Amino acid sequence: MKKGKGMKFVGDSRISVERKPNKSKDYSEYPGRTEAFWPNFLLKEWLVGAVFLVGFLCLTLAHPSPLEGVADPTDAAYIPLPDWYFLFLYELLKYEFASGDWVIMGILVLPGIAFGAMFLAPFLDNGPGRRPPQRPIAVGMMLLAMVSVIWLTYTSAAAVDWESRAEANKPVHPDEQVEIDTSHEGYAVYENSCLSCHGGNLEGGAAGPALTGIEYGADEIADIAVNGIGTMPPDQFSGTDEELDQLVDFILTVNEEAN
Amino acid sequence: MLQKIYDWIDDRVDITPIWRDIADHEVPEHVNPAHHFSAFVYCFGGLTFFVVVIQILSGMFLTMYYVPDIENAWRSVHYLQTEVAHGQIVRGMHHWGASVVVVMLLLHTLRVFFQGAYKKPRELNWMVGVLLFFVILGLGFTGYLLPWDNKAFFATQVGLEIAQQVPFIGEELKTLLAGDPNIVGAQTLTRFFAIHVFFLPAALFALLAVHFILIRRQGISGPL
Repeated sequence: MKKGKGMKFVGDSRISVERKPNKSKDYSEYPGRTEAFWPNFLLKEWLVGAVFLVGFLCLTLAHPSPLEGVADPTDAAYIPLPDWYFLFLYELLKYEFASGDWVIMGILVLPGIAFGAMFLAPFLDNGPGRRPPQRPIAVGMMLLAMVSVIWLTYTSAAAVDWESRAEANKPVHPDEQVEIDTSHEGYAVYENSCLSCHGGNLEGGAAGPALTGIEYGADEIADIAVNGIGTMPPDQFSGTDEELDQLVDFILTVNEEAN
Repeated sequence: MLQKIYDWIDDRVDITPIWRDIADHEVPEHVNPAHHFSAFVYCFGGLTFFVVVIQILSGMFLTMYYVPDIENAWRSVHYLQTEVAHGQIVRGMHHWGASVVVVMLLLHTLRVFFQGAYKKPRELNWMVGVLLFFVILGLGFTGYLLPWDNKAFFATQVGLEIAQQVPFIGEELKTLLAGDPNIVGAQTLTRFFAIHVFFLPAALFALLAVHFILIRRQGISGPL
């Protein structure tokens, strides 16, 4: 095929004088059982893509994408967690040599060395051999990096209780949040004894469940506040019987309004 | 009829050479899974691109409903997820696609690495590929702030604190990303939106173009 200077054009246009027949190139120079990309191989790729797409859509249908409650910058109890593919960096920052005074190690030096070496791999591993046994250092480093990343990701993910996390962070639409009557006489009691775990809007948190939509009666609520239930320890409430009555009345009032 | 349309265009813009460069090449035996099943490892790159295309398309549809401001961002995502027909599937594809693209990208990178396919003359393409890797991770990082839920907010705050600890330029870097030295808020959301939807995709397209042009120029690496 003629290109560039060899081409003759019609007048001052870029239109070629000669019409080239639309024929395939001669592939005899390629050894082995080659196959034309268009259309034979592309059709197979298309099929692989279709199978892949079906699997991907099954994943999408089986697991709806998560959405937590609307961002609340005042929620001090929330434990931040990045997406899984950043967990290894997040976990690295928990090690002593990569945090505190040494945080530069964790955020710049170690990731910089690893990713910098990856970026420059062709120049660090510049021997002629391509087979893994011919370049033991490069392959060894990559295996080491893989093991470290997998280990860091695993230790980070294993420490998280995903189910209770998802349970505590169910999305509540801001329009459906209950109105809290802070002038209620029981609110002060709630603030003292319960708020730190059950949240300012009774929405619950990492340490305690939501107190809206509960099905306990007045006596049961008073009993739980004093004696605890499940993982909730006893004696969370400390005050007079009158205050206990006010607290129970407050929780019940909020629940009635929510319904 | 089609042939006539093709000829008409070809007469004027000479598209046959372009077409030849893009699609008219032979696929060597050693990368064809029909001949050697283990050659399926050569699919990883193409599948990465396939997921990137899914991400672009689903992302385009998401922006039809998404509103990048702190009052409405969460509400628009919630509306999309609960009210819009098939909205959950479109957002699901974008959400899970982000993970799948990282997985496929890792597999593709490892295939190229362990085969030593980055050696001369393909050094440049490997470096472009590593840059693509960073762009994809950047898209992941800026993308998960956008729903403006608790996970997004607090994970971004941690990310910005890490940026802040970079020596010398830390404060400026954080301000550049967050729009304010102290507040993670309305400015942060619009900046992350702009980075996620305009800046990084522009870089992605440019790098992908170079990646593919270099592959066509150099051909795929030979068998081991």
